[in-house]
Amino acid sequence: MNTEHHVEFLLRLGDNSLVLGHRLSEWCGHAPVLEEDIAMTNVALDLIGQARMLYSHAGEIEGKGRDEDAIAYLRDVLDWRNCLLVEQPNGDFADTMARQFLFDVWNFEVFSALTKSADEQLAAIAAKALKEISYHRRHSGDWVIRLGDGTDESRAKMIAALDRVWGFTDELFQMDDVDKAALAAGIGVDLEALRPAWENYVGAVLAEAGLEKPSVTWSVKGGRTKGHHSEHLGFLLAELQFMQRAYPNSSW
Amino acid sequence: MSPNSKSREWPLWEVFTRSKAGMHHRHAGSLRAPDAEMALQNARDVYTRRGEGVSIWVVKSVDITASDPDDKGMLFDPSDDKIYRHPTFYDIPDEVGHM
Repeated sequence: MNTEHHVEFLLRLGDNSLVLGHRLSEWCGHAPVLEEDIAMTNVALDLIGQARMLYSHAGEIEGKGRDEDAIAYLRDVLDWRNCLLVEQPNGDFADTMARQFLFDVWNFEVFSALTKSADEQLAAIAAKALKEISYHRRHSGDWVIRLGDGTDESRAKMIAALDRVWGFTDELFQMDDVDKAALAAGIGVDLEALRPAWENYVGAVLAEAGLEKPSVTWSVKGGRTKGHHSEHLGFLLAELQFMQRAYPNSSW
Repeated sequence: MSPNSKSREWPLWEVFTRSKAGMHHRHAGSLRAPDAEMALQNARDVYTRRGEGVSIWVVKSVDITASDPDDKGMLFDPSDDKIYRHPTFYDIPDEVGHM
């Protein structure tokens, strides 16, 4: 598999983790209850840790001297390869849990498959990450159930939350040439093939929550394949990257 | 807190964790959660972040019945001077080793 595609494939994974990790870190000190403040920031730390491993590995494969920090802090919006779902704003707790759940179910399937990747380092990263992701999926799913099957207010908020992000889920299963090349090389994952498992799991949780699948008809893509992001990523990166950009090579 | 109180707080749970090398669950602290499953997950997030435990028990605080500190004398002092309850009057042969 050519190096450029291999690196691109790894960045698509790492960028998902870092963007979502960053979003969750924005809750620190602001969550509705202390226990969830700690829970969400724990998930954030898990995701940031995964991003670091994936970026470091990508930098090594690339062989141009970029380390995890260069990859995280010195790229602008068009060079980011996260899916559109994870960059959506936190909104309220229901919005955050809806976004988290739909992503966690997909992420679990992806990393399960990656434990068999021909890229051994990636397979090792996946094996470690899968334990964390299993927990993320359980926690976010349990919240979707509790909010959906909760009070009238929580149910309304969860319905609105799912409606707002459902249109970003198609992108998770679309493959371009880079994904196909990765799959052909035994390194990547057949994203299209993950869809039934995702739909089953999400469907089961929604049913338990007493919620309908959103009847949303719009769908957007282009974040993970082309760097065509929603208006939110620029602001996110401005915060994430400010220190390194303002004080280059600074360290703690 | 009575079951009929109209508190908007989630119930309080006591958390007990057992460490990897440990034999007993020890009280680690308390937290608020809407139900048992969430209490378990929150306990995992709050009390086992630094590898403190491999097993968690959560119990609703209202389900714990504790002895009254004022009863300490009545409950526990009487056993202080009943040495016949301790098995310390045997001569153990050396071959038996430590018991």
